[in-house]
Amino acid sequence: MSEPVIPAVGEQAGPSRLLDFSTPRLSDFLRTYSSLVALAALVIFNIVFTPNFLSVGTFNANMTQVATIVIVAVGMTFVIATGGIDLSVGSLMAIAGVLAPMFLLDAQQFGAPAVGLALAIVVPLIATTVLGAFNGTLVTVVGLQPIIATLVLYLGGRGIAQLLVSGELRELRNLGSPLIWTFEFIGLGQVFGIRFQIIIMLVVVVVAMWVLRATTFGRYVLATGGNPAAARLAGVPVNQVKMAVYCISGFLAGLAGLVVVAINRSSDPHRVGEYMELDAIAAVAVGGTPLMGGRATILGTFIGAMIIQFLRFTLIAHNIPDGITRIVIAGAIVVAVLAQRQRSS
Amino acid sequence: MASVAVPSLAHDSQMSSRARVVSAIQRQGAFIALAALIIFGVVRYGPSFYSVYNIFDAFLNNNTYYALIALGMTFVIITGGIDLSVGSVAVLAAVAAARLSVYGFGPALAGAVLIGLVAGLINGGLIARFGLQPFVVTLAMLLAARGAALTLSGNAPVMVDFAQGFTQLGTMRVGPLPMPVLITAVLYLLGVLLLNRTRFGRHVLAIGGNEEGARLAGIPVGRTLVAVYSMSGALAGLAGVFLAALSFSGSPTGAIGWELSAIAAVVVGGTLLTGGVGSVGSTLVGVLLLGLIFVTLNFERGQGTFQLNPFWENFIRGAFLLIVVVFQSRLARRLDVSG
Repeated sequence: MSEPVIPAVGEQAGPSRLLDFSTPRLSDFLRTYSSLVALAALVIFNIVFTPNFLSVGTFNANMTQVATIVIVAVGMTFVIATGGIDLSVGSLMAIAGVLAPMFLLDAQQFGAPAVGLALAIVVPLIATTVLGAFNGTLVTVVGLQPIIATLVLYLGGRGIAQLLVSGELRELRNLGSPLIWTFEFIGLGQVFGIRFQIIIMLVVVVVAMWVLRATTFGRYVLATGGNPAAARLAGVPVNQVKMAVYCISGFLAGLAGLVVVAINRSSDPHRVGEYMELDAIAAVAVGGTPLMGGRATILGTFIGAMIIQFLRFTLIAHNIPDGITRIVIAGAIVVAVLAQRQRSS
Repeated sequence: MASVAVPSLAHDSQMSSRARVVSAIQRQGAFIALAALIIFGVVRYGPSFYSVYNIFDAFLNNNTYYALIALGMTFVIITGGIDLSVGSVAVLAAVAAARLSVYGFGPALAGAVLIGLVAGLINGGLIARFGLQPFVVTLAMLLAARGAALTLSGNAPVMVDFAQGFTQLGTMRVGPLPMPVLITAVLYLLGVLLLNRTRFGRHVLAIGGNEEGARLAGIPVGRTLVAVYSMSGALAGLAGVFLAALSFSGSPTGAIGWELSAIAAVVVGGTLLTGGVGSVGSTLVGVLLLGLIFVTLNFERGQGTFQLNPFWENFIRGAFLLIVVVFQSRLARRLDVSG
């Protein structure tokens, strides 16, 4: 109760937070510490009580589930750090998902198959990044609130994906072309026995950690979320920063869309990315990034996504019905934000 | 309305008189669009457009769900909060109502609304008591209520009992008005009175304008927030009862995205997500406008003007939301500059 939660808060906490750049590592670690304990507890519980938990198959199954959520949630962390939110990520995944097969299935017409493959990867990523810029434009130039700005593409983006393929599912299997196989590598390939998508996820996490901690842009992101007015006065290009985070979120949503399509070997415009915005926001919240912005932890988001995944896996592995599983996960989200609140006050 | 009585906020009350003008113009923006669309429909489609069936059944009766949850959402948003759980809570209530329909309409109604109320109480309690963010709390409730609906229904739609009169809600009429429409209209009237004519309504507006200021002025912020979220939950519960009675079943997988439709309706009406400003009437205009867009599209399809495949629906919803909110922000900004 003592902490005023007013949208216009900024003034009290802002300036000191602006100067707080020097010690993000320690505070980051402290915030993520309790979630690490929770994650460790879940893993230990499973090692003891869940048969075959310590197998490559189980590991891959869990990591496959979590990889796309982490990729999207990293982008969401940047957006939330600026005090925004991106509801459109699931729809952007669907758009990337329907664009890729267009170039793969008609690869012959591009002359060399490799050109088709390259287009199948590059065009969706460009498209979702541009749509992210569209979100950013609505937030910065038009001045809409992020929830409403991204609600436009949450609704409209799914429609675009459905219209692009007239609502039809596109199958990538049974084509037998080496081209398809190369594309599938994104989701199913292995490097030194590790799924390639897991490597993508880890690269995204590490690069994002570096960007947020060690670059000027990362400091701008946190300053923008902490107190936009003060940040602007301090010379932070607030609007460009906001624009950039929505582009990042769009790009990563596109990447996740490609991974999903590669795993499934098919693209369903209705299903790809469904509920992803909820999963990603939940991962960010459980990970310890406050939704009002100004603070952020990429590692926390990664751990948050892992906790939700392992919790889900644990309950399902022990035959807990789906309905109960969702209630428990909801409870875990509340407990996590409660724990963070108590630590921060 | 004139006295948003927060003593310590003299500066703020000046602001809010200007904000009220902004909201009036925004409200008229949506209202003008609604009137224009109605005139367009009457001129273009003739009597079939303003037939009793089309107005009261195809149009109004199909929008009572959104209208009810948007009513609760209006109060929540005016306090500066948000309630993402309403769609799931409505589904949980629909399943509960279908299960309880063997005992007749009364118990089914009471049980379902009570479940919605409890969900709202939990939301409000967590938000008010622990200062958690409404977005996260109601997101968790979205998951939990959906889980509870799946559990209560055994993962399959629950058919309602036809013998005990539960489905009469869908067939009863008062004059030309279907019962759900009448109930919704009465609740909107009560909502207008509650927001504009009662101390509670003034508290809601004051909290959204400046929560800390409201607290310092002695307004019971926590209790008001709990009441607002409980109301939102109970109205979602009632929407669930309507859904079960009119669709003859409680399906645990229905009502996806209702919360976002309701938020869109509230915003299209002209209530600001920043809180402190808003009106119940403008939300009704927003709901009607969003509903009428689809009635109009259906008529246009009926005339064979264009072949609309159903996938245009999402696209049009998004595009329409975009046009309205951009238009509104232009209006608000122009007023801001000139004022």
